Amino acid sequence: MSAENTLLYVDGVSVSFDGFRALNSLSLIIGPGEMRAIIGPNGAGKTTMMDVITGKTRPNTGTILFEGGTDLTRMDEAAIANLGIGRKFQRPTVFENHTVWDNLELALKNPRKTWSALAYGMNPKDRARIEEILDITRLSPRRERLAGSLSHGEKQWLEIGMLLAQDPKLLLVDEPVAGMTDAETEQTAHLLKTIAGTRSVIVVEHDMVFVRELGVKVTVLHEGSVLAEGSLDSVSANRQVIDVYLGR
Amino acid sequence: MPRALRLWAAMLLVVAATAATLSGALAADLKPLVRNLGAGGFADTEAAIAALAQTGDPAVVPVLQALEAGDLYVRKEDREVVRGSASNGGYTLTDPLGGAALGEAGRGAVDKIRINNSLRRAISAALGSLTLMSPDAGARRAAADSVFKTRNPDGLAALETALGRENDPAVRSIMEQARAAILLTAAGTPDADRLGAIETIRARGDQESLALLNAVRSAEGASAAVRAAADKAFEAVEMRLSLWGMAQNLWYGLSLGSVLLLAAIGLAVTFGVMGVINMAHGEMVMIGAYATFLVQDAIRTYAPGLFDASILIAIPVAFLVSGAVGVLIERTVIRWLYGRPLETLLATWGLSLVLQQAVRSIFGPTNREVGAPSWMSGSFELGGLVITHGRLWIVIFAFLVFGLLLVALKRTWFGLAIRAVTQNRNMASAMGIRTARMDALTFGLGSGIAGLAGVALSQIDNVSPNLGQSYIIDSFMVVVFGGVGNLWGTLVGALALGTVNKFLEPYAGAVLGKILVLIFIILFIQRRPRGLFALKGRAVEA
Amino acid sequence: MLTRFLLLGLDKRAGVLLTVLAVLAVAVPVMALAVPPDSPFHLPMHSVSLLGKYLSFALLALALDLVWGYCGILSLGHAAFFTLGGYAMGMYLMRQIGPRGVYGHPELPDFMVFLNWKELPWYWQGFDQFWFAALMVLAVPGLLAFAFGWFAFRSRVTGVYLSIITQAMTFALLLAFFRNDMGFGGNNGLTDFKEILGYDIQAPATRVGLFVATVAALAAGYMVASSLVASKLGKVLVAVRDAESRVRFLGYSVERYKLFVWTLSACMAGVAGALYVPQVGIINPSEFAPAASIEAVIWVAVGGRGTLAGAVLGAVLVNYGKTYFTAALPELWLFALGGLFVLVTLFLPKGILGLAADRFRKREPAAAVPAAASKGA
Repeated sequence: MSAENTLLYVDGVSVSFDGFRALNSLSLIIGPGEMRAIIGPNGAGKTTMMDVITGKTRPNTGTILFEGGTDLTRMDEAAIANLGIGRKFQRPTVFENHTVWDNLELALKNPRKTWSALAYGMNPKDRARIEEILDITRLSPRRERLAGSLSHGEKQWLEIGMLLAQDPKLLLVDEPVAGMTDAETEQTAHLLKTIAGTRSVIVVEHDMVFVRELGVKVTVLHEGSVLAEGSLDSVSANRQVIDVYLGR
Repeated sequence: MPRALRLWAAMLLVVAATAATLSGALAADLKPLVRNLGAGGFADTEAAIAALAQTGDPAVVPVLQALEAGDLYVRKEDREVVRGSASNGGYTLTDPLGGAALGEAGRGAVDKIRINNSLRRAISAALGSLTLMSPDAGARRAAADSVFKTRNPDGLAALETALGRENDPAVRSIMEQARAAILLTAAGTPDADRLGAIETIRARGDQESLALLNAVRSAEGASAAVRAAADKAFEAVEMRLSLWGMAQNLWYGLSLGSVLLLAAIGLAVTFGVMGVINMAHGEMVMIGAYATFLVQDAIRTYAPGLFDASILIAIPVAFLVSGAVGVLIERTVIRWLYGRPLETLLATWGLSLVLQQAVRSIFGPTNREVGAPSWMSGSFELGGLVITHGRLWIVIFAFLVFGLLLVALKRTWFGLAIRAVTQNRNMASAMGIRTARMDALTFGLGSGIAGLAGVALSQIDNVSPNLGQSYIIDSFMVVVFGGVGNLWGTLVGALALGTVNKFLEPYAGAVLGKILVLIFIILFIQRRPRGLFALKGRAVEA
Repeated sequence: MLTRFLLLGLDKRAGVLLTVLAVLAVAVPVMALAVPPDSPFHLPMHSVSLLGKYLSFALLALALDLVWGYCGILSLGHAAFFTLGGYAMGMYLMRQIGPRGVYGHPELPDFMVFLNWKELPWYWQGFDQFWFAALMVLAVPGLLAFAFGWFAFRSRVTGVYLSIITQAMTFALLLAFFRNDMGFGGNNGLTDFKEILGYDIQAPATRVGLFVATVAALAAGYMVASSLVASKLGKVLVAVRDAESRVRFLGYSVERYKLFVWTLSACMAGVAGALYVPQVGIINPSEFAPAASIEAVIWVAVGGRGTLAGAVLGAVLVNYGKTYFTAALPELWLFALGGLFVLVTLFLPKGILGLAADRFRKREPAAAVPAAASKGA
């Protein structure tokens, strides 16, 4: 495999915790602008994969390159985020004691240095951008509410909105529709497709309906490595995938 | 030599002497010799002492002892030497040989036989050689020891005679060492004998051998061969002694470590297993110590015969009292604060203040005395180590408590239930474990163990309302250093910190040593935020 | 830009607090110096110093609230920074004694003469100058905090672990300062001060002056803290408190933010200590005691964690209570303080101001929250 012309290049990454191999020589390539769904049973290493890409966990071995040249395994979370990799957690994590507006203000792509934060003042450009995101995420009426008082679905959207504000090149989204109503799920799928645009997106999800709705290439993880890759229909027909995951 | 041993030797001497006097065969011949003690100046007395020693008769021993103690007097009327003890305004006189009563005498009627340092040396040398032939092995041993110390060349002849007769190998070796010491000190010993003597002293290998060898190697006029041998022997002994010194430090470290272990192990349960920061943990220890005090007080009043068992009786009492207080605290305060560690910390700190003040109001601010039972006082020697019984029992107790706790957590249903609740509350609850009750019991267990620590600490520390405070920071350091949630980590942490502390003390002093240990832990936490034996993986992050 | 920054912090609460402080700064000097002693409005001198002491504690509480209330770092060692600031000021005051000490040595403080020291240790140099001492009041606690925070935050020591090592830090300092050969007066600390900036430290005018300086420092500290928490930096801090790893994934270097506010807070605590020392007339190692730091935490908790005015209020209330209890019912003080810890954490987790704010908020009509039916769990 070559890292050229890839956005994310993961090669031979292994991670173990106390002897348990969470990732076992995992390799994965995401091209610019590509949306990819990752599925797999519990313990397949989906969340650990995200942890490794975003710098939360250091791999024992393996290479992770961003935009073909930047080695992510040596950087911390903040530095990786500043390269343009955004992450949405499985459980919605927004800043509950901040208003919706402030949450977006914090996420907005601006210098992250301490002094810049101290000297920051809201400017018309930023204001317009936040308004725009509020519209996209349908949170405009909630802008002055504390994020902690939002409903589960609204929190998910706010978090997606925050990702949007971050303006990342690569988005990692962990189970965005867990615990959502069908209507919310549909809206979320729409929302994700809207914001994907020119960005690359990795979505981890259990919900097959949702994955089908996205209609993108699917990677199946099993025991820390890739079991199958392809369209949802082709992996669904894969014997091994049926054995370990989908069931007969 | 430790005072106890000396006392013991003296007692044996008295016993031996009394036995000999009863036989009384030679007593009459000694009379003129004893009389010479009071003949005139220091030189005459010294000669008389030597003459007495020459007899080799054990009956002389009490006479010389009386002389050494300054109890011998010369009766003015007949120049007879008598033993006197002060009694209202005058003296009660007895015969120094045999102890027959000789009536009373006024102050003016007797003259004390004065002794100086040179006489004292002569007396102890004489006593030494006299008892070398005592029928009692212990007395002979003590005498040989005393000859070793005085190294009086005059005693050499007596010593060699005694050596010829000696059958007890232990006593024999001490006699040989004494002989070697005399040979090394005396002028004019042939080199061959000196070399042999050096070997003997080297084999002895204690602090006194070191001093002796040092004297030999720096003595003027010694031949090169002797010097070289002495040098080598000196180094060997020094090495041996420094190894023993290290062993002693290790023992002190182990001893301190076991105290830390006792104090921290309860915390390892409440903090490590339950994740509850109990700042009142020290007060649970304090309550255990006060429970011990109360138990002992009650036994002193109602059943003094059980005094030696008081500490043993206090163990379950302290466990139950501290445990009960722990359960009470858990039910009333801590259970409302699960999942809020910082708030728990503050609330339990408040509780610690309340408990301290409560104990201060009830028992007063002063220290309470908890006595040591007979089996916990005294000490024994192990090679070059001095080990006190009290410390030894505390070390054993600490390991016992640790072992029992380990078994309780790993092998019993109760332990299984505790681990189940801490790992997955809902699941445990669904399986029929009453989680609330388990919380209370676990906290009670941790507190009860703190109470056990209190029993042990009552033996080595002041039982005061502040007792617990002095241990709380140390205990947290141990648990955090060892790794939270890992009992073995607590064990290793406690022993390591105790040992490091004791090894630093000789170089840095106690306070600076402690500061260094604190700084070390602060830095250590930076390297391994989750302690020595950290749990890894995703479970920790949750 | 600075004006804009400071304006950020001017909300209603700040207005009330600054007004109260302004009134104090005028009324106390008048009542203490101008009102005749037989008047009921006269304020005795010891009360002025007592008030000054409360307000310097309030500044310490403010500093603590900045890190605990807004950034979630529960420091159980803030009294260490306070005391270090106090020692820096104490060293200046000791040098001002000059040859007027009991032993009359032209340069060495009494305790050094007593210990047979021949010359001033190097670290006492420069403390005869007020500007240097003032700089050290900020620099010493600041540098210690920076070094401590640099290691601790980079290694991501958080929560209870951090609290415990801050305890260890202040405990180590306590042990160190008890040692005579550290050169800080050992057990007795520094005391018997004579003058400050050339004014007699016992004179009523000086003491009133010190009080006014404390009020000014508290006001300034409040403005800085209040503007800080209202700025975007403040929002980042709160975000760190609530969801630290989320902040990292947004690209903020959490360590730097923590280090910034931690160091700033230590400097504030140092200033508080420097103002405390001349007003109580002594500084000794017992101020390093772990208990002192934990007590400061309860001031903040009582007033309301995460409300700056609450920290000030809590410090003054609890310390007033302490003065009252230790005089009237000394036996009961520890019961009261201990009980306060328990009751506040159990029943008043947001403190007095938090409770007041909740009451206030409840009167506003709550917007209806659509209950989203969730599928699955």
